[in-house]
Amino acid sequence: MASVTLEKVNKRFGSTRVIEDVSLDISDGEFVVFVGPSGCGKSTLLRLIAGLESITHGDLMIDDTRVNNMTPPERGIGMVFQSYALYPHMSVYDNIAFGLKLAKSDRQTVDERVRQTAKILQLDGLLDRLPKALSGGQRQRVAIGRAMAREPRILLFDEPLSNLDAALRVQTRNEIAHLHERLGATMIYVTHDQVEAMTLADRIVVLNEGHVEQTGSPRELYERPGSRFVAGFIGSPKMNFLTVKARREGGAGCRISVPGMGEHVLSRQLNSDSEGGAVTLGVRPEHLKPVAATGAVGFNILNVEYLGSEAYLYLETPDGEPLVCRTEAPSAFARGERVTLDFAPHQAHLFDHEGRALPPVDASEARVSATMS
Amino acid sequence: MAAQESNDAPSENARYPGGNGSSRPSAEGPHRERGTRVRRQRVRAAWLFLTPMLIGLAVVAGWPLMRTFWFSLTDASLSSLGGAQFIGFENYLVFDNGWYGILADPLWWQSVWNTLYFTLISVSLEAVLGVIVAMVLNARFRGRTLVRAAMLIPWAIPTVVSAKIWAWMLNDQFGIINHMLLGVGLIDTPLSWTADASLSMWAVIMVDVWKATPFVALLVLAALQMLPSDCYEAARVDGISPVKVFFRVTLPLITPALLVAVIFRALDALRVFDVIYVLTSNAASTMTMSIYARQQLVEFQDVGYGSAASTLLFMIIALVTVVYLYLGRHRLGGGK
Amino acid sequence: MSLRMLKSILLKIGFWALVAVLVLYAVFPFYYAVVTSLKPSSELFEVSYWVDSIDFFNYAAVLSQPTFLAAIRNSVLVAVSVVIIALLLGLTAAWALGRVRFRGRTMVMMIVLGVSMFPQVAVLSGLFEVIRTLDLYNSPGGLILSYTIFTLPFTVWILTTFMRQLPDELEEAAIVDGASPWITLTKVFMPLLWPAMVTTGLLAFIAAWNEFLFALTFTLTDTQRTVPVAIALISGGSQYELPWGPIMAASVIVTVPLVVLVVIFQRRIVSGLTAGAVKG
Repeated sequence: MASVTLEKVNKRFGSTRVIEDVSLDISDGEFVVFVGPSGCGKSTLLRLIAGLESITHGDLMIDDTRVNNMTPPERGIGMVFQSYALYPHMSVYDNIAFGLKLAKSDRQTVDERVRQTAKILQLDGLLDRLPKALSGGQRQRVAIGRAMAREPRILLFDEPLSNLDAALRVQTRNEIAHLHERLGATMIYVTHDQVEAMTLADRIVVLNEGHVEQTGSPRELYERPGSRFVAGFIGSPKMNFLTVKARREGGAGCRISVPGMGEHVLSRQLNSDSEGGAVTLGVRPEHLKPVAATGAVGFNILNVEYLGSEAYLYLETPDGEPLVCRTEAPSAFARGERVTLDFAPHQAHLFDHEGRALPPVDASEARVSATMS
Repeated sequence: MAAQESNDAPSENARYPGGNGSSRPSAEGPHRERGTRVRRQRVRAAWLFLTPMLIGLAVVAGWPLMRTFWFSLTDASLSSLGGAQFIGFENYLVFDNGWYGILADPLWWQSVWNTLYFTLISVSLEAVLGVIVAMVLNARFRGRTLVRAAMLIPWAIPTVVSAKIWAWMLNDQFGIINHMLLGVGLIDTPLSWTADASLSMWAVIMVDVWKATPFVALLVLAALQMLPSDCYEAARVDGISPVKVFFRVTLPLITPALLVAVIFRALDALRVFDVIYVLTSNAASTMTMSIYARQQLVEFQDVGYGSAASTLLFMIIALVTVVYLYLGRHRLGGGK
Repeated sequence: MSLRMLKSILLKIGFWALVAVLVLYAVFPFYYAVVTSLKPSSELFEVSYWVDSIDFFNYAAVLSQPTFLAAIRNSVLVAVSVVIIALLLGLTAAWALGRVRFRGRTMVMMIVLGVSMFPQVAVLSGLFEVIRTLDLYNSPGGLILSYTIFTLPFTVWILTTFMRQLPDELEEAAIVDGASPWITLTKVFMPLLWPAMVTTGLLAFIAAWNEFLFALTFTLTDTQRTVPVAIALISGGSQYELPWGPIMAASVIVTVPLVVLVVIFQRRIVSGLTAGAVKG
């Protein structure tokens, strides 16, 4: 088990910077998920930690030892690949044993480790099979088994669930969570799926265009996104964004006027840039409360999606910006009806024109509102 | 081919471990590095793994080629390779009461002409026949696998054997070809295919076409099988005649593959040796550059003179190759 | 309606006629060699399209010649050795060229490609000197050495193509497992490249088995010759008295193994030829 520290890590391919000044502390036993859209550098970052790519500059430490120059086995990492990359010509047993044999473990140790690993992953009955005779989920488990057989200090996962169907994905997700609990190993997991990130992570690292956008627990990211990018990436359906005018209100907070939703006072500090100018209001679909409208006020419902446990209303602002609203199912509204929307001020987020979240007026107040929700 | 090689390099770059193949040091940073340990280990291993092959190629190709170049400037003979004296370009051309040397030898020029003639005719026939065979093999019919295997037989038969078989079939007195032609009344006296100077080149071409067409057909067939079927369906829906479809759709699409096959065949044809040696030996009417060079080298034991002929042949083939590579790169570069 | 049917029937007949002509064209010469080889020498000079009575006299004549048997032995020895050497050197080189990016790779690829276009006669005198220096003249060793000039380049080329098709993650998994390049090549890649090696090996075997110019030039005595040279040099009293029966029998003997190989492995051979040419 080990801690991982990245200090100003950079990676370039030719002249393109793929990773820019990433600093990160991952403590022993932590489950950290790198998440971001494709091309954000999350896989490259994982491969830098694995030792499959070279760090252009910056330091990578594992347990306070600089490992930039070490091979993957010297670093003590195990890795689960997206395509599993099982050795097609080797049995499950040999796949798991390959690394152990190369580490020059004696026969008996190899055998014990393989059987122990197989037991943990419920592969006992499959040891003589070839990968092609396994189901997707079983292959996935063999890949994990191969990665953990050498008892690495750190386990790396590169989008390991993307080749599984939806049902199996949920099941395997649970198994990985369980495995983390059981092994207590440091795990770093890459995914583009924010649901996977939310459900698995102790801590999520959101990456965008090669830099760390925000780091925090799933709840922190959901409730206090540091930027419009994070706010939009975490949560499904996506947070609604509306351009609004804001001005300072007394000593604390600001007053915004939202087209079609009236005026609201939010306890957010405007900075000099956004004073009197346009800011972005962010409200999650689940925080918008629709109320039947009378007359011509409010928003037109373009579509209603019924999902069984919930329903989504698709609306449009007078400016033509799309809005999504999440309600209980079945919805009390139908297509073509008009609704007015309301939201609780503490559940609203404000972003300046560069996409940075505007801070709460008072930090303690913000924390109170966070625990209330 | 080589052009593709260098074209695809940057894109695959990113996926290789330590992919940034550059040893260009990055400008800043206290911990500037050239790649992971894994990567440096791999580059070292790559050179190590290449060494046996490179040594092999140096011993059988690089060094002998240099020696051939050198011999061409000497009076070396087969019995005294070591005692060769440098004589400059005398093997190529020298004035000594009249012009001497290869470039003044009518037989050399005839062999150059024969080689080009042979190459042009046989490769053209192979291209046309190859496309026809490929089209037939591409059709769906019962027994296609068997027919394809049958088509491969001429390619698999050793050249010497096919030359012997054809020599027998073309035999002037007892050959089956003359027998057939007499039988249907196309000729009234047996032709001496391999001995008659006006016929022997055609005999050689016949054998080469028979033997090499399968190769062309296979490459074209591979291209045919990669063609999208929807544009054919579209053509059929539009009611375009099959002949038009062939010239407007199929032929342009298989042209790249056909060109590759043609260049491979042309390079083979320019250095043709065995089929001619076996069929017509050293006869002047079918003498090619390879035959000429070998005759000088081995039979006349004149290594200097023969090496000069070999060198000229090498230059001609190198020229064709370079032109082809240049055109290939040009075409690829324009397409991107 | 009936006109259209007639047209389609005619088309079908035409197509099958074309197939028949092509198959006949491809197969007939070999068939005729078989027919000739099975004829008793008394009937040799009567043209016939099939065998009336099978007579193995020609085969017996050829196979009772010690020099022909020696030629077969030499050919097998040379071809098998060439295949083994080409595959060994080719595999390691293909790993380097197909899976590692390094400065100079394109140049090495160009060299390999360039050598594959060498006219054999261009290295004849230089190679003759090398072979004599190494004391390999008039021995299978000299042929094995010289045949690498044409087998190695295409072996490297084809294997590189196949090597590139293997997934990157497989190699990375091996690296994470602690495998050195040599272990990755021998334990992970080689078992997966068997089909490619069979293909390449077959092509190398056929090329070595059929080679003529070097075999003719670098051997001197009957006992050191390979099959193509032996067949080419079978002679009678004069050009007009060639012993065609035994020549055809010998031709059939050396060709049958190849034809069998080609028929069995035709898919592999086709994939190898196209990998070498089209993708290369």
